[in-house]
Amino acid sequence: MSKALRLSALRGAAFFGLLAALPSFNLAHWVLNMLVFTLMYAAMSSAWNLVGGFTGYPSLGHAAFFGVGAYAVALWFQHHAIHSGYEPFVILPLVGVLAGLIGLPVAAVAMRTRADVFAIVTITLLFVAQTLAFNLHSITHGAQGLSIDPAPFSPATFERPFYYVLVGLLALAMGITYLTIKSKVGLSLASIRADEDKARGIGVRVSGLKLLTFCVSVGLTSMVGGVWAYYEGFVYPQFAFDPLITISIVLMTFLGGRGTLWGPILGAFVLELSQQNLAYRLGGSQFYLIAYALVFLLIMLLLPRGILPTIQDRLRYRRRRAGAAEGDDRPSAPAPRTAAAKVAVGGGERA
Amino acid sequence: MSALLEITDATKVFGGVRAVDGASLSVGANTITALIGPNGSGKTTLFNLITGYLRPDRGRVQFAGRDVTGMDAGSLYRRGLSRTFQQARVFPQLSVQENLVVAGGYTWRQLFTRRVSSSDRNRAGQLLAEFNLAPVADLLASELSYGQRKLLEFAAVLMSDPKLVLLDEPTAGVNPVMIDTMERHVRDRHAAGITFLIVEHDMSFVMRLCDPVIVLDQGKPIFSGRPSDVQTNPLVLDAYLGS
Amino acid sequence: MHAFIQGLILGLLTAGVYALMASGQTLIFGIMNVINLAQGAMVILSAYISYQLFKSFGIDPFLAIPIVTVGMFVIGVAVQLLFLRPLKREDRAELSLLVTFAIALLIEGIMSITWKTNYRSINTSYANSSWTVFGYQITLVRLWACVLSLVALGLLYVLLNKTRFGRAVRATVQNPESARLLGVESDRVAALGFGLGSATAAAAGSVYGLLYAFYPGSHYDLISLLLSIVVLGGLGSIGGAMVGAVVVSTSSAIVASTISPAWSAMTFFVILIVVLVVRPRGLFGSTARGAI
Repeated sequence: MSKALRLSALRGAAFFGLLAALPSFNLAHWVLNMLVFTLMYAAMSSAWNLVGGFTGYPSLGHAAFFGVGAYAVALWFQHHAIHSGYEPFVILPLVGVLAGLIGLPVAAVAMRTRADVFAIVTITLLFVAQTLAFNLHSITHGAQGLSIDPAPFSPATFERPFYYVLVGLLALAMGITYLTIKSKVGLSLASIRADEDKARGIGVRVSGLKLLTFCVSVGLTSMVGGVWAYYEGFVYPQFAFDPLITISIVLMTFLGGRGTLWGPILGAFVLELSQQNLAYRLGGSQFYLIAYALVFLLIMLLLPRGILPTIQDRLRYRRRRAGAAEGDDRPSAPAPRTAAAKVAVGGGERA
Repeated sequence: MSALLEITDATKVFGGVRAVDGASLSVGANTITALIGPNGSGKTTLFNLITGYLRPDRGRVQFAGRDVTGMDAGSLYRRGLSRTFQQARVFPQLSVQENLVVAGGYTWRQLFTRRVSSSDRNRAGQLLAEFNLAPVADLLASELSYGQRKLLEFAAVLMSDPKLVLLDEPTAGVNPVMIDTMERHVRDRHAAGITFLIVEHDMSFVMRLCDPVIVLDQGKPIFSGRPSDVQTNPLVLDAYLGS
Repeated sequence: MHAFIQGLILGLLTAGVYALMASGQTLIFGIMNVINLAQGAMVILSAYISYQLFKSFGIDPFLAIPIVTVGMFVIGVAVQLLFLRPLKREDRAELSLLVTFAIALLIEGIMSITWKTNYRSINTSYANSSWTVFGYQITLVRLWACVLSLVALGLLYVLLNKTRFGRAVRATVQNPESARLLGVESDRVAALGFGLGSATAAAAGSVYGLLYAFYPGSHYDLISLLLSIVVLGGLGSIGGAMVGAVVVSTSSAIVASTISPAWSAMTFFVILIVVLVVRPRGLFGSTARGAI
């Protein structure tokens, strides 16, 4: 147990140490830019995973909250000046709380019944949010969009503050995920995902936990949206509320393995980096729409559980065979196919 | 005999079908009460009404002296009313031990503590030992046999120290040895002060274990009394054999 | 008042097309428990195909319907066989949602490359003719669209109620388990049912192309429209989908004509939320199914 704990602490330290060190290697701007977007998606996938992976409610509307965060930051700085350049980062927690509060009634309605209705409500919410952004002209300036004063950072290291804030948000999302897995919250969520009615009947706080998880998840997502708005310097309805954002984070989580700590991050790094490359090579966005859809379909068909859980199963199977061979001498020893062994394997702390 | 559970005039209609139709019955404290009846007589619906899975269209449910009509399943569980399901619903992706721990009926504050603490392990360990599941405690529930899952589900609902346990066909689909095991566990727990309400089709199991027996037909009780009287009651024979 | 009644007329005339699209969606859900997020994309794809048939060969969109319908039926069956059937049973509901979303994106991508991303419309000779009755405008093409949709719905009704296949479908919708026990080949019903759902999208799409200008992203507008119709009607109920279509179509047309077209999309969401709060199973959703 403590060995597993030490291992995961080591893994986390190595990963975030590497992330923290990367900018000091004098990477080119386009590389850092790519990393900034990858971190955004990693943080959002990790956040989505709380609802879509651990709780089993596949939200198709997270992009709505990304947009809420983006507009919240853009609107705030229509009326407040940016001096040091760090003000937008300071208000991020407020943005997160705001989005969480907006998410509360949404979840209360959408999560009353099972997952299919939830998906319907969340995807509709995304289009409604976009409609509102277009139509509430006096607030959002409609299709014209809003612009934010450019950040007064030195051009040579312009990306760094954004980069580090996003590393922080990723650490926050993964930290929350880790604590979830290790606490009774994660245990309860796993029971909700497996059989919600049964969970209700054994005293699991189903409704409250679903609401809490959703609000935390969309709160994190909106904070990423806020950073994005500031980084880009402008927000338009069609980019802030883009169904492709939703589909990307869902895809990344599925690719890496939903319901695992590292799966969404792995998925985000694989997909976002290759997508940025693809975008450079293919140029037109229609081609990468097709490529995206095809990749998604292939994953669903060939690797529906994602990379990490599949690897874990392979390892478990191999160990079990090894264990069975050993066990010939002492048949009473249970094969090491235990849930505890499963947690320790691979790096995908699974609930 | 004081009643632990009292149902008055409960009615539930599904699309014109009166699944439970003005049923009134009571379960005395410290009894092992059986609820039997032909298929479609409303046993499962009545279970769902009692345990908060369905709201009655009419009527009241009182548990331990309080009106609990329409209360949700979770709150009832925390008040000491728990149940099992006919198909042995356990969480396949959780370990056997976790299946017990998750059923602890926690407060919000407790939810933010360790997934499985050492005191959880002790508490679950006692039940696992009692139900002979200790050797498989770390396996996933999906790796258990069907009979073992039934035992696990039974053991799990005891985690909250319930006053009343409703068992939905505890012997369905399990082998004869397991039926005896099940009977022993019910007796042990009954001796420790738990009241049981059991839906069961296996009549010899009911006759050996339960007293009183309530017979349900077409959504309401037609008989309530000693098991020895059930077999001779003309109303009951009528319901089972058809007239 | 004039604007209100004009909106009402428009909404009623359009309701037929929406009912047709939604009946396919709700049928697919009823048979397979799959929410087909690609239904809107299939409608738009069909609109493009009839646009192309009209432009290249001068085939009138109304006459093109049989061709497009058969084509989309085949595509629908293929989609079910290739992408939905292989999904494992235990998480089929969750995965199928994402699979159909991916298919929608795939179709959108293909349309964007084939026809570019600007708006297209099918300009037949009769596109702009209309009657004026008591000062209210009734566009001829809308009237025809409505009639045609009703005919298609009638055919669907006959198919579902008078044929062996229809009986198998209805048995599956009512109770998948016992249908299987009674010897209904659920895989075949699922494949044909998905084809049929796509075929309704095709018929509706040809008509849609006559009524509205469209571009590849138009399917996003249809997603929320269709979903609010089927949730309002009760998932799985075709009769419900028709009533839902009338309610949603008229109320959004009235909002468009009395307030502003920009806000009509909001109507769907409001209806959806009200239904979910007041009556989560929809107007005609079955109550027995899904009981514990």
